Amino acid sequence: MQSFGYLDPADADAAIAAAAAPGGKFIAGGTDLMQLMKDDVEAPTRIVDVEKLPYGAIEANGSGLRLGALARMSDVAAHPAVQRDYPVIAQALLASASPQLRNMATMGGNMLQRTRCHYFRDTGFPCNKRNPGSGCPAIHGENRLLAILGGSEHCIATHPSDLAVALVALDTSVELQGVGGARRTVALGDFHRLPGDTPQIETVLQPGELITALVVPPSAAARRSAYLKVRDRASFEFALVSAAVALEMQGNTIADARIAMGGVGTKPWRLPAVEAALRGQAATPENFTAAAGLAVEGAMPAGKNDFKVKLMQRTLVRALSTVAA
Amino acid sequence: MKPGLTRRGLIGRSVATAGGLAAVPLVTPAEAAIPAAPAPVRTPEMVDIVLQVNGRRLPLTIEPRVSLLDALREQAGLTGTKKGCDRGSCGACTVHVDGRRVNSCLTLAIRCQGRAVTTIEGLAEGDELHPVQAAFIRHDAFQCGYCTPGQIMAATALLDEGHAGSDAEIREYMAGNICRCGAYNHIVDAIRDVASQAAGKG
Amino acid sequence: MDAIVGQPLDRVDGRLKVTGGARYAAEFPVPGVVHAVLVQSSVAAGEIVAIDTSAAEGMPGVLAVITPENAEKLQADKGGEQVVSRPTLQDMQVLYNGQHVAIVVADTLDRAQAAASALKLTYKQDEAVTTMDSALNTAYRPKHFRGGARSPDSNRGDADAAFDAAAVKVDATYRTPIEHHNPMEPHATIARWDGDRVTVWTATQGISGAQHTLATLFGIPPANVRVICPYVGGGFGCKGSTWPPATLTAMAARKVGRPVKLSLTRRQMFTSNGYRPRTVQKVKLAADAGGKLVAIRHDGMSQMSMPSLGEFAEPVGLATEMLYSCPNVAVTHRLVGVNAPLPTYMRAPGEASGVFALESAMDELAVALRIDPVELRLRNYADGDEHEDKPFSLKNLRECYRQGAEAFGWSQRNPAPRSMRDGRVLIGWGMATSTYPANRRPAEALVRLQADGSVVAGSGTQDLGTGTYTVMTQVIADELGVSPRRVRFVLGDSTLPPAPGSGGSTTVASVSPAVQAACAAARQKLFSLILADPQAAGLTSADLRLANGVVLAPARRFPLSQVLARAGLEYIEGRGKTEGPPGGHSLHSFGAQFAEVRVDPDLGEIRVSRYVGAFDAGRILNAKTGRSQLIGGITYGIGMALLEETATDAETGRYVNADLAEYLVPVHPDVPLIRTIFVAGEDPVLDPLGARGIGELPMVGVAPAIANAVYHATGVRVRDLPIRIEDVLG
Repeated sequence: MQSFGYLDPADADAAIAAAAAPGGKFIAGGTDLMQLMKDDVEAPTRIVDVEKLPYGAIEANGSGLRLGALARMSDVAAHPAVQRDYPVIAQALLASASPQLRNMATMGGNMLQRTRCHYFRDTGFPCNKRNPGSGCPAIHGENRLLAILGGSEHCIATHPSDLAVALVALDTSVELQGVGGARRTVALGDFHRLPGDTPQIETVLQPGELITALVVPPSAAARRSAYLKVRDRASFEFALVSAAVALEMQGNTIADARIAMGGVGTKPWRLPAVEAALRGQAATPENFTAAAGLAVEGAMPAGKNDFKVKLMQRTLVRALSTVAA
Repeated sequence: MKPGLTRRGLIGRSVATAGGLAAVPLVTPAEAAIPAAPAPVRTPEMVDIVLQVNGRRLPLTIEPRVSLLDALREQAGLTGTKKGCDRGSCGACTVHVDGRRVNSCLTLAIRCQGRAVTTIEGLAEGDELHPVQAAFIRHDAFQCGYCTPGQIMAATALLDEGHAGSDAEIREYMAGNICRCGAYNHIVDAIRDVASQAAGKG
Repeated sequence: MDAIVGQPLDRVDGRLKVTGGARYAAEFPVPGVVHAVLVQSSVAAGEIVAIDTSAAEGMPGVLAVITPENAEKLQADKGGEQVVSRPTLQDMQVLYNGQHVAIVVADTLDRAQAAASALKLTYKQDEAVTTMDSALNTAYRPKHFRGGARSPDSNRGDADAAFDAAAVKVDATYRTPIEHHNPMEPHATIARWDGDRVTVWTATQGISGAQHTLATLFGIPPANVRVICPYVGGGFGCKGSTWPPATLTAMAARKVGRPVKLSLTRRQMFTSNGYRPRTVQKVKLAADAGGKLVAIRHDGMSQMSMPSLGEFAEPVGLATEMLYSCPNVAVTHRLVGVNAPLPTYMRAPGEASGVFALESAMDELAVALRIDPVELRLRNYADGDEHEDKPFSLKNLRECYRQGAEAFGWSQRNPAPRSMRDGRVLIGWGMATSTYPANRRPAEALVRLQADGSVVAGSGTQDLGTGTYTVMTQVIADELGVSPRRVRFVLGDSTLPPAPGSGGSTTVASVSPAVQAACAAARQKLFSLILADPQAAGLTSADLRLANGVVLAPARRFPLSQVLARAGLEYIEGRGKTEGPPGGHSLHSFGAQFAEVRVDPDLGEIRVSRYVGAFDAGRILNAKTGRSQLIGGITYGIGMALLEETATDAETGRYVNADLAEYLVPVHPDVPLIRTIFVAGEDPVLDPLGARGIGELPMVGVAPAIANAVYHATGVRVRDLPIRIEDVLG
């Protein structure tokens, strides 16, 4: 790890100013940043600790769920309102990482978690995301874990977060605070960027811009939701494929559907075409299977991850069946 | 040099841990030839901090990049907390910070000022082992012992969190602690045993 | 007094381990110690043409940057079975990706790490062979198979002719991947020089081996090397040899004139101390219509490094030679060299990989014959070792099958694949045989009976978590009639009487007879002192019995304290020795493994849901630590079956998942309740206690039992480990 200076400002403006200057980097839970710094993937010269900032609250009421950016994964997962009204969020959180890591990691940090692509995390390899223009050996290499959707010729790294998949399904928005007190709100679905020609740019964040909260609107679908994660190991592993499904049912008819999947895309992968196909349809295995076929349209598997095309559809059908039942 | 880490203290320890047969030469000759231990070069980014570890004040001079794990092991002499992967993937470094279990390898020491850190060395009350420690011995919940401090710190937290409702729940909430010797069955036995004792008393 | 041996005594080092007090190699408080970090190559083949150390050397606290350009020249190694002498910065050649190319020393760990990252190396790259499968046509015969003790090939009868003529046949190729030991303690060494003497605290399975290797490399007498290792945080084979990092630590300590500590990072653990090599194994089985084997052919290829690094051949076919009764058996072993680190022993070397192939093939044969898998094995039961043409010293494998099957409920199995379900979930039951050689090597021990009745004893052996401290304490307690609480057994110090490395499940059979002999010698000395005493007139040693610090004789008692005081002694010392293995018998342990898997038919997730292992391993010295070894080995086998694989980037020969996040080993939820059975029996030949090591046996046969269960659940035969979702997705 390269040496850095450490600051822990008491107010957000000072923190943002310190992080906006070159070499600055926020730290919250630190679970991913510490790994990246230890592996020399990131080498900030100034670490700005945001832990003391007042963004840790979890608020749930009629106007929705507001998750402070500094709320810990374990606390959000254990929150009664989250468990009751947004089960997909609680389930995605409990399927993530380990109890220790969930005690440390925060909502905001989780949105900024970087890919687990082996080639990205080992500086002994070239990587367009880490070192733009150096090439992507992963596409023709060990790509079993990598994305089948949203990739480019420069990068097919999978977005690793479970939580972001659940949140993107529920139309979450991200509250941001920038230099000079500028505030804006971005839909989480627009927050992460596809790699395209610039895989090193992963989000729409401006220099120094800080996530302050994630806001989830209330919905009948959110109350009837679930997260299904498929993996080799029974626990403590990133998803091979995962599905966040939220359905509003009227009898056996799907009134509304919110669906996103993980482990398959270069960003948390919302599936609007599948949602549209299911709306107004009966909750039958045939309809689920037909809709799941739409999920993989445009998929570009790379060889060792070919199985994800089939697994993605099966996972979606299973999640739909579970939630509709 | 920290108290207790005198040369004499070291010799005493190596006798106690590594040898003990008087006729066998257990002290390497020419101890005097070892250069004194100079302090690390002081650089401007180094800071003086005080940690609270196991109820004791622990003053340290560190660079901001030093992890809590390395501060404990390399500077404070508290080597009970183990380094298995240094990336949060194995749980050997688990400690409690303000009562919550965390991976000390991914925690900067500088961020722990003003917080209560508990390590495996702080779990027993004097000679009396914590019930989880005693249960680990009783159930032989380890072999090599290297993951054990982390398993025990995770297990005590799990019990406090109320996640010992079933074997499946214990396993899931212990998933962050790898045991390569494969003592998982016995670790679950030990935790279940402590949980049921506590329930019996409760 | 009831025997202490055999009782489920709590581990005597338990308290130290649960309180954080047990000190592992990196944890000794050596004053003035500074930190070393290794730098490793990022190319697989070629030569270093330039090393820019300027940035690193200018960083605060950096004490030395050691590269092949300025490294101390080591003595050429004279060789030896376990010695790994390269690469130790002796030349600029690069033979694999991740090879040590420099070592950086600084006053703090973080500074050493940062400086190591600042080193800039330039390479002239050569074309590398990066994967075994691309080079199978270059396979060659091992030159020193089993240390030169035997040929890599064996033949009994005419396997090919019998195969061609047979009624029922299986002919399949099985593959096992590169696997890494990944003990929880990364290898670590602290080295301190005092003139031309060096003390090393190092994580090793063999302190004597480390002592001799370092002495040879640094050109000093073995007596000048002291190796200390009271605790090892798991080894599984990767701490069996003295690998370059230990040597480089000593080199660095000499260079900077201060004690140096080096702990490998987890990533470096993948390229620094061996691994289980990839194997490609062709197995042919043939049987008559009654299920009697008429031919077995097992052609094993295992992946090797470039030959100049040494040689390690995974002995996959050894179990095949003796496990079943069959008149025609042929076995070959071949190596395929690639630009990779040198492979090594990993828990149950040979058997873990080889028995996967053999026992998968036996399951395929059972399916082809429509015979129950247990029944097929009974029909081909070997009453003697047909390869060695010797009787087994002890073989209770029939009982393992019987008791294991009964505990598992095997008789309820519907043999048809996909026939057993729980709702939608497919249930599969599979079984396999386990075997591992029993062995014994020369060892020595020292015992002191002290005036207060307590005993101090020692041997230069190791405790990898296997329970050496505890079982030796039990042996001494019985021999000298003393409570285990009054026994202190020390190990892990090369100043103690020598013992073999702890590998190949040899420690119990090697060290315990030496300890017993030392106890007997001490007791005999004590009795001689007493018999020389006028008060003992008329007694012979047959009249004397030692218990709790008192020698009892008819109508007389001789407290140890008085005997010693009269003789002017502080203690009575006895020394004992074990010789090498006894001849005349084939020495093997056996077992029967039974697994139940649950497979999601849609999602392909495979989980082991039930497990029974029944083992014939001679007398069990401690039922508690013994069971721990069994569940540990089975858990390791679950990883081998379903999770573990080190993936290599074919372009660069670099391992891609060299960490514990993506090299998957079992975690708590992967391991169900495991039922273990020790089938009663004492080995009358191997050692006086009738015991055998059990470190490796329980791992053998787990992977095929699970693979066979997966076949039973899904109808899909997976011959390539690990078995994963995509294999059974349909």
